[in-house]
Amino acid sequence: MSDALKQTVQEAFNEPACATNRAKSAADRKKGCAKPLTPGAAAGGCAFDGAMITLQPIVDVAHLVHAPLACGGNSWDNRGSASSGSMLYKTGFTTDLTELDIVMGHGEKKLYRAIREIVEKHAPPAVFVYSTCVTAMIGDDIAAVCKAATEAFGTPAIPVDVPGFAGSKNLGCKLGGEMMFRHVIGTQEPERTTDYDINIMGDYNLCGELWQVKPLLDRLGIRILGSLSADARYKQVAQMHRARVSMLVCSHALQGLARKMQEKYGIPYFEGSFYGISDTSEALRTMCRMLVERGAGADLIDCCEALIEEEEAKVRAELETYRPRVQGKRVLLYTGGHKSWSVVSALQEMGVEVVGTSVRKATDNDKARVIEVMGTEAHMYENMAPKDMYATLKASGADILMSGARSQFVGLKARVPWIDVNQEKHEAYAGYMGMVDLVRAIDRSANNPVWDDVRRPAPWDEDRPFAGHRPRIKDRCPVSGLANDPTDFED
Amino acid sequence: MARLTRPRRAVSTNPLKTSAPLGAAMAYLGIERAVPLFHGAQGCTAFAMVHMVRHFREAIPLQTTAMNEVSTILGGADQIEEALANLKKRANPRFIGIASTALTETRGEDVPGELDDILAKRPDLGDLQVVYASTPDFAGAMEDGWAKAVTAIIDTMVPEIDPLHRDPDLRQVNLLPANYLTPAEVEEIVRLIRAFGLKPIVLPDIASSLDGHLADDWSGCSLGGTPVDDIPAMAKSAVTFAIGESMRGAADLLGQRGHMPVQVFPALTGLQAVDNFVSALMNVAGYADAPPAIKRDRARLQDAMLDAHFQTGGLRYAIAADADLAYALTSALAGMGAEAVCTVITSPANPIVEAIPSDTAILGDLGDLEDGARKTGADLLISHAHARHAAAATGLPLIRVGFPINDRLGAQDACRVGYRGTRAFLFEVANAVLAQSHTARPEDFGAAPISPEFEHDRPQTAPH
Repeated sequence: MSDALKQTVQEAFNEPACATNRAKSAADRKKGCAKPLTPGAAAGGCAFDGAMITLQPIVDVAHLVHAPLACGGNSWDNRGSASSGSMLYKTGFTTDLTELDIVMGHGEKKLYRAIREIVEKHAPPAVFVYSTCVTAMIGDDIAAVCKAATEAFGTPAIPVDVPGFAGSKNLGCKLGGEMMFRHVIGTQEPERTTDYDINIMGDYNLCGELWQVKPLLDRLGIRILGSLSADARYKQVAQMHRARVSMLVCSHALQGLARKMQEKYGIPYFEGSFYGISDTSEALRTMCRMLVERGAGADLIDCCEALIEEEEAKVRAELETYRPRVQGKRVLLYTGGHKSWSVVSALQEMGVEVVGTSVRKATDNDKARVIEVMGTEAHMYENMAPKDMYATLKASGADILMSGARSQFVGLKARVPWIDVNQEKHEAYAGYMGMVDLVRAIDRSANNPVWDDVRRPAPWDEDRPFAGHRPRIKDRCPVSGLANDPTDFED
Repeated sequence: MARLTRPRRAVSTNPLKTSAPLGAAMAYLGIERAVPLFHGAQGCTAFAMVHMVRHFREAIPLQTTAMNEVSTILGGADQIEEALANLKKRANPRFIGIASTALTETRGEDVPGELDDILAKRPDLGDLQVVYASTPDFAGAMEDGWAKAVTAIIDTMVPEIDPLHRDPDLRQVNLLPANYLTPAEVEEIVRLIRAFGLKPIVLPDIASSLDGHLADDWSGCSLGGTPVDDIPAMAKSAVTFAIGESMRGAADLLGQRGHMPVQVFPALTGLQAVDNFVSALMNVAGYADAPPAIKRDRARLQDAMLDAHFQTGGLRYAIAADADLAYALTSALAGMGAEAVCTVITSPANPIVEAIPSDTAILGDLGDLEDGARKTGADLLISHAHARHAAAATGLPLIRVGFPINDRLGAQDACRVGYRGTRAFLFEVANAVLAQSHTARPEDFGAAPISPEFEHDRPQTAPH
């Protein structure tokens, strides 16, 4: 790792706004929050993956991966962030370094030419250049190449120096945000600003989740000025510094960025979630209160309360029709971070029993909330091996598994309904209407007759009375006309 | 016959290629109770695993040595040792296949030497069979990684035998399928071989591990595949059949170990190609005739060829795939009068490229496929699922072949080999053409449309 990168990583670990970090001793803090990985028992993504997760949803930017094939080639086109405009972000660009490029040290030159080719062919507002393990190890200076390319071609080339071996996916998300703070945010001024301008950070508009919430903001007259990076245009990142308030959605990863935005540009931020009814209402309330504190009209708060009352009543009435179909179902929830408590409380409201929830990646705050809504910490666990999860499900410890794609087949192979609640999912569950979609998904999955069918014993596994052997055909078979020779069938 | 061209450009747009280590991992998954292990950073493994999970819609037990910054500098021997011990404890596999990645190859490590040391000092690993293949991401594509892994398995596990001890009546044969063959295709080839009274040992056998079946328990290893104990026995087989030119190196090595003849069939799609294979099976089996079911399948294929040639004759299509797959499909379609007007391949290593019936073969990506299809006015695209973007941009139908196919179900069931599979493939192509039905309009031929004065004026405003 270059010294500059090392410094960046160290700063990310030293995040003063992070509660986990504040609770540590000075020595522990220096060690950072990366947990050492166990060879033969590790399964997560790398820092590069995390940076891509955070930045790739910026739709009009060309995302160029400087690497041998696998980093870009095995990962492009595999995330569900939706765009309402440009589709350039879905195009996979990579320098696809060959052995010759690496041995001869052609990496930097190839990168420079690649940026030029992209600018000439696609004319994007910016090119983001991602470094990876191999290009970091052979010492390609992507910052210098980006600087030269920006000057030569007039299109910003932004270095995202977050190689995979720098650490975990989560660290990569953080560093991705940091790169935007250093190189992009504040580089452009908006044409106009209003007192109702906000930033949304840490939402990636998976399956269009942002748009499940946006109608609410539209009705309140709140404008999404800056976005990192749900349905974001490059300009919306470059102009983030002019928003009045920031909302931090995925609470952990971009906390450092939110704090720096507050310090440098005076934009206050709050952590919130659009998963679950009460959380959505809470987020809207906080957003409006903070906007009013920063100069928006005081009537915004009344409008907000009226909206919440109306929407909550509407969604509760809609959910009520599903109650008889999902009540009493026992759910095992295996996901991370803020999703744990906000979804738990929403499901409990529907009479769904949450038999266990994971608290991986969750903050102490998140954990406290889980205990609050679950009543006890008995059903809270950090990690569950696939084998144990399979055994639990097989022993009917739960009726439904809600998790990410990684444990999809643990559920399905145990013949238990599985609902995708992580970033790879194909359905949006945000806001008030998203809660209805989630409950509908539970209903559709758990009440599908397929479960009884696949658990049905095979004919040969059933107790059946001995019916005796079929009588042997003498002489010739009446159908085929062949002579009946029993030795034919012997192996 | 195709001339290989390399576009002079620095950026690859929409990669076609899948990395070599992933090909190696897939080969290892065709061994019974196996766990593939990537020697690299954990991200390499996570990407590859997600890729395979989405294609096969199965849990894929792919693991990693989890190289970090420090172990990258100091060397990864300890990481390998720890990974082997942990896997042995957690999943208890019979076989672990290691594939290196760009990260560890750029650093340069003597893994085979280190592996010998590790296995010597760790008796607790017991009868665990470990195989290592060098498969850097920066050299070649998926079919190369697969071939290297199969070669490494043979090199490590198949002993050299003395031809004096060969059983002349043995009806056991070896089958080395190339990477592009699906589980259903491997099964179809096995069916052909068995039809002639021969007993194949398939290496690797993804037909029994990645075919998508519901098992009774959670294993943490591959769910089927070539039994580990069968692999040394391959030395005694009567003959080695390899399907796909990329398997020639592995087949030759196996032939040397067992002092047996080797036959490489570049493809098993198309009447001629299948006839060649059936003829070879008849020779080995000593049959002067073929079983009725096989004869019937051939007659059906002939009939299908006659039915489909109306659609395939003169069809101009663009194809992007690994070399072996590209050859198999283009040669079958050439026999049906269709023309590959744009051919894109992934790796320069495979000599079969020169035999592809197309003017040029571009060593490129899906961006080249899209541009090439536009320039040549192709009517149809043939490539993997990521080509859906090219299909949407050009408005052309896409036949999904190869890896990954992550936006459709049943990738493991696609069968385009043998008489039956070729027949299905021809119908698939013909139907893609038929689905683009276009009713003739006067404008199509440059005629002026009929004057509106002749049209009956309907009193209401509804369109009909």
